[in-house]
Amino acid sequence: MTRLLAKCRARFPTFELDVELDLPIEGVTALFGPSGSGKSTLLRLIAGLDRVPGNHIVVEDEVWQDDARGIFVPPHRRSIGFVFQETYLFPHLSVAANIAYGLKRSRRRKQRFSLDQVVDILDLGGLLNRAPNGLSGGERQRVAIARAVLTSPRLLLMDEPLSSLDADRKAEILPFIERLGHDLGVPILYVSHAIEEVMRLASTLALIAKGRIIATGPIEEVTSRLDLHPYTGRLDAGAVLRSTVRAHDHARGITRLAFRGGELIIPEIDSTVGSAINVRIRSRDVSLSLEAPKRTSILNILPGRVVQIADGDGPQAHVLLDIGSPLWARITKLSVRELALAPGVPIFALIKAVAVDRRSLGRPTAMDTALDRN
Amino acid sequence: MSGIELGPVWLSVRLAATTVLVLLVLATPLAWWLAHTRARGAVVVESLVALPLVLPPTVLGFYLLVLLGQGGPIGAFWVSVTGSTLTFSFTGLVFASVLYSLPFAVQPLQVAFEANGRGPVEAAYTLGAGPLDAFLTVASPMALRGYLTAIVLCFAHTLGEFGVVLMVGGNIPGETKVIAIAVYEHVETLDYAAAHTLSAGLLVFSFVVLMLVYALNRRNPIRVMTGARR
Repeated sequence: MTRLLAKCRARFPTFELDVELDLPIEGVTALFGPSGSGKSTLLRLIAGLDRVPGNHIVVEDEVWQDDARGIFVPPHRRSIGFVFQETYLFPHLSVAANIAYGLKRSRRRKQRFSLDQVVDILDLGGLLNRAPNGLSGGERQRVAIARAVLTSPRLLLMDEPLSSLDADRKAEILPFIERLGHDLGVPILYVSHAIEEVMRLASTLALIAKGRIIATGPIEEVTSRLDLHPYTGRLDAGAVLRSTVRAHDHARGITRLAFRGGELIIPEIDSTVGSAINVRIRSRDVSLSLEAPKRTSILNILPGRVVQIADGDGPQAHVLLDIGSPLWARITKLSVRELALAPGVPIFALIKAVAVDRRSLGRPTAMDTALDRN
Repeated sequence: MSGIELGPVWLSVRLAATTVLVLLVLATPLAWWLAHTRARGAVVVESLVALPLVLPPTVLGFYLLVLLGQGGPIGAFWVSVTGSTLTFSFTGLVFASVLYSLPFAVQPLQVAFEANGRGPVEAAYTLGAGPLDAFLTVASPMALRGYLTAIVLCFAHTLGEFGVVLMVGGNIPGETKVIAIAVYEHVETLDYAAAHTLSAGLLVFSFVVLMLVYALNRRNPIRVMTGARR
């Protein structure tokens, strides 16, 4: 597997960035942290848009910066795509010319997609002759993504690409990014402070706060660590199941997802069979039962065992389960006592199918809004 | 003397056009640097560039005369290289005009570059464009309004220049006798009819050019080329 190694230090009046990153270059890697934690700064350093002496950045076999050896590859020679929050489309060029701008300048690279393909994937057919200034926010961001993808980058860097869009526009663009990163094999480094976006998109998660990397790893591991919950979203976080679409059952209106450890049934979604998706299961939506209930409306009854029990606020407890993948349940301390739950106890996790409504994913929760204000 | 003397008119236009060309080359990097630098010395440079706006043309002209004269550092160097003097010559006038009109080129460009920010150029870098490529294909077309304003203002301002020309260039027909000087001379010799012809011509020309620019700016700030080219 190819990796991105970055040792970056940068001093600013208000904070200091000091990170050592070692991330896989595949799927979607999220760099997640509150506003002002240094994640965008780090992304700009990786892109070479800012240069701080002494930093060290290596991608696969290419050294992008190593000042000890006098190496600094300028951004236009790095094989990157960069999607900015503000899009920075060129207002004097049409959408078509904007998209073609990077393509013309990356002819020497191996082209992974044709212009027509990308126009098709991002559904830009009707916009090609328009001027960027006449587009909606969501359309602008789709054009910006197309423009970056067409350079066939080794790494696509995305700096809060959705944070200036409303919930509906976000929901419109998330599936495109999901497809690029997971199905079409464009490795993405995605900077965001919205946990919903991260949980939906990321296969790997790097947590950053106050200029330091706090944890790095597969998303289901990082989000299942209780000690990281102050960063990943306090009590409501829950867990992420990385899964693939196994089958659609149109007659019954459901979709079956395969994850490591079992199958999850959710209300039917519009996604091709075999495509990878992240499913977020909130801890408050998981109930526990010592036996498999019969004649119940709950479609997902997943066998597993208790791993850890942690006290939450007041009468609540957080129970970490192993159902093949980590899963959190938030129940009362009373239930913990009545069921005599303890590490190792076999258990059934019950999840209502409608609790996993993917259409709601990508919409900000009250918690995201709270993080925004930080 | 014939009805309309074209000599000063032609000379003025030639001077203004040359000045504009030189200024575009000089002011573009200067304005770009001023728009993006965080260096402390920028304030000093900015003030120097703006000096011709506040100095009386005679003061500027006086120092130029000293600098460009045969005893001055630039003038002496010029004589040693080309064998001819800078003062009281067309080349000397171009020198003077460039300095005199510098703020009219730098300021509109700087404002345009600042308004567009670094973002679009950085986007161009990440799309594989080198610094010059990004400047030519993104930064300068986006600053088109600034360029139009700079060109017109510099052209008109050079046409209207009087004090500096008188100090540095004198009144040599075909070499330094521009419209403004010719008008002054006509008035001095009480040839009001000739002064009138030149003055009215300059007035109408300046008005029409300014109006054209403002109309253009108002209607169509940035031209978008639709359809993929090539």
